Amino acid sequence: MTTLLVIVCYLCLLLGLGFFSSRLFRGTSKDYFVASHSIGPFLLLMSVFGTTMTAFALVGSTGKSFERGIGTYGLMASISGLVHAGIFFLIGIRLWAFGKKYGYITQIQFFRARFESDGLGYLLFPILVLLVVPYLLIGIIGAGKTIEPVTAGAFTEIFTNPTAPQWLGGVPPWLTGLVVSLVVLTYVFMGGSRGAAYANTFQTIVFMLMGVVAFVYIINGLGGLDQAGRVPARITDKGIIVQDYRFDKKSRELVKNEPAKPIGRVIDSQNSNFTDKHPHLSRTPIKVEFKKKNPKTGEISSFERELGIPFITFVSYFFIPLSVGMFPHLFQHWLTAKSAKAFRLTVIAHPLCIMIVWVPCVLVGVWASGVLPPGMPPPAVLSAMLNLLVGDPVLTGLLTAGVLAAIMSSLDSQFLCLGTIFTNDIVVHRAGKNKYSDKQIIMIARVFIVVIVALTYALAMWAKNANVFDLAVWCFSGFSALFPIIFAALYWKRATKQGAVASIIAALVTWVYFFHLSGYGGEMVIGPGIIPAAVCFGAAAIAMIIVSLMTKPPSEETLKKFFPQVEKL
Amino acid sequence: MGKKVIWFLFFLLFILHQDFWWWDDSYLVLDALPVGLAFHAGFSIVCAILGWVAIKYAWPHELEQFAEEDNHEKKASL
Repeated sequence: MTTLLVIVCYLCLLLGLGFFSSRLFRGTSKDYFVASHSIGPFLLLMSVFGTTMTAFALVGSTGKSFERGIGTYGLMASISGLVHAGIFFLIGIRLWAFGKKYGYITQIQFFRARFESDGLGYLLFPILVLLVVPYLLIGIIGAGKTIEPVTAGAFTEIFTNPTAPQWLGGVPPWLTGLVVSLVVLTYVFMGGSRGAAYANTFQTIVFMLMGVVAFVYIINGLGGLDQAGRVPARITDKGIIVQDYRFDKKSRELVKNEPAKPIGRVIDSQNSNFTDKHPHLSRTPIKVEFKKKNPKTGEISSFERELGIPFITFVSYFFIPLSVGMFPHLFQHWLTAKSAKAFRLTVIAHPLCIMIVWVPCVLVGVWASGVLPPGMPPPAVLSAMLNLLVGDPVLTGLLTAGVLAAIMSSLDSQFLCLGTIFTNDIVVHRAGKNKYSDKQIIMIARVFIVVIVALTYALAMWAKNANVFDLAVWCFSGFSALFPIIFAALYWKRATKQGAVASIIAALVTWVYFFHLSGYGGEMVIGPGIIPAAVCFGAAAIAMIIVSLMTKPPSEETLKKFFPQVEKL
Repeated sequence: MGKKVIWFLFFLLFILHQDFWWWDDSYLVLDALPVGLAFHAGFSIVCAILGWVAIKYAWPHELEQFAEEDNHEKKASL
């Protein structure tokens, strides 16, 4: 109950911040959508970083490293540090410059002007919405999965149908999702992009701080950093996977299992020299079989899992962080910048912020392999570790608030961005800019945001068992498949409208095809381990090049507008 | 230092990111941090340094001037 009270206090604080930021709102649509280009370096860093880090970063990374080990960090985090910073520098600043100069608020406005095509906007709009929605879903699903375990036992009379028996009385995912959606909706509705920037900054500070605190407490719970390093699951000389330790809840300390507790066995390994090693601490792929107990029926069943990361998969994951270049919500954040110089701090500090958040999460996931049952659902690993090792309800409440902060700091920007693109690229674009007053434009955006929140919530309840990490990777794959369009638009004069349309269609067709093959959101690789994003990207890039070269170049006027005599990058 | 050097460093970092030399090494640095993870944490720090170098030696000053010029051409729907 105490844990829940702390979380509720945090949400109230956030609503208070929403009211505060709404007082700074200048009442214009430009202020609502891009904060009148007034956001400085620190707020920009925090809002951009907070937006890119969601349930995926905290809940998903811990769960993925519980499944696959330390390779999770290189797979998603360190490469993102390199690629994201590069994109902020090469694409973010350039788009900000065009947005500032020509008054663009959305990506679609830029593409319509650059490719001299209205139709391109109508083609791109549903695709962007289609790809942002799964991103929203992972936030709401992740929030639900985090809160239920940490509030278990608080309302045993009210919530009698938990997801797992041990979480009886915990706040159910449907209620968490509803509350989180309403809180985010309230401050986005009131404050627009300025409200989102303030809330993001506050929440990013909270989740980074709480992440570090959680990490320290988990280390203490495991008996120190050197002891924690020995905790991960180990392979014996007979190929049995064992847990050498368990956490004793009574004495609240780590106790050695005598003998070691078997939890699975190696089925297939490329490396025969794995005896007495911890597979989660390296990246060589090993196929293992684990046993798990159905929490409702008590039935024991076995399941297979691949630990480690295939090398080809690791290399091809380079394509995933390219998605940042096409995130419509990030585009909107870039446009809030006061000046190009505001980007400098983001370019430098973004990789460091990623490191501060991801290294602890990945380590916690690796250590969890030694103390939690292998059948534990990956999204529940972080909260299960907090529950097991931290114990104190106030602290658990604060740490859970940190996880919610990470989730909500992405949800707000995404809700706002969908409202923005619908209002500007569809409604106002069709009706003409003089048809609506500024107040009406803001109202249209707000109504659309309410509708999209309601739809997203309903979809999240329908897809509540989806794997947060895998769903996020599919969403990123779609955006990275669209990356050739933005890169060509900015750096290739010869890129044409027909090339862009062909590229979008190629990206869409390949993405839908692989998404279908994956069973609509499952983990999938092609051939030796290539991820679908690489193939979708390749198809989109080839389509852009070939069709552009075969069609008439853009007009001189457009080329002068978008390729001024500025320093070549 | 020109933009070509920055691009070279970017590609060099991309190659270094594929640290196959420690792929199946589970050695713990300072008895705590797996060597593969320690390398990638260091890699993140180097990325930040590359960002600083790019800003110092390849900052798009002319693009910045272009954006701040006063001849605003408002073509968006607002």
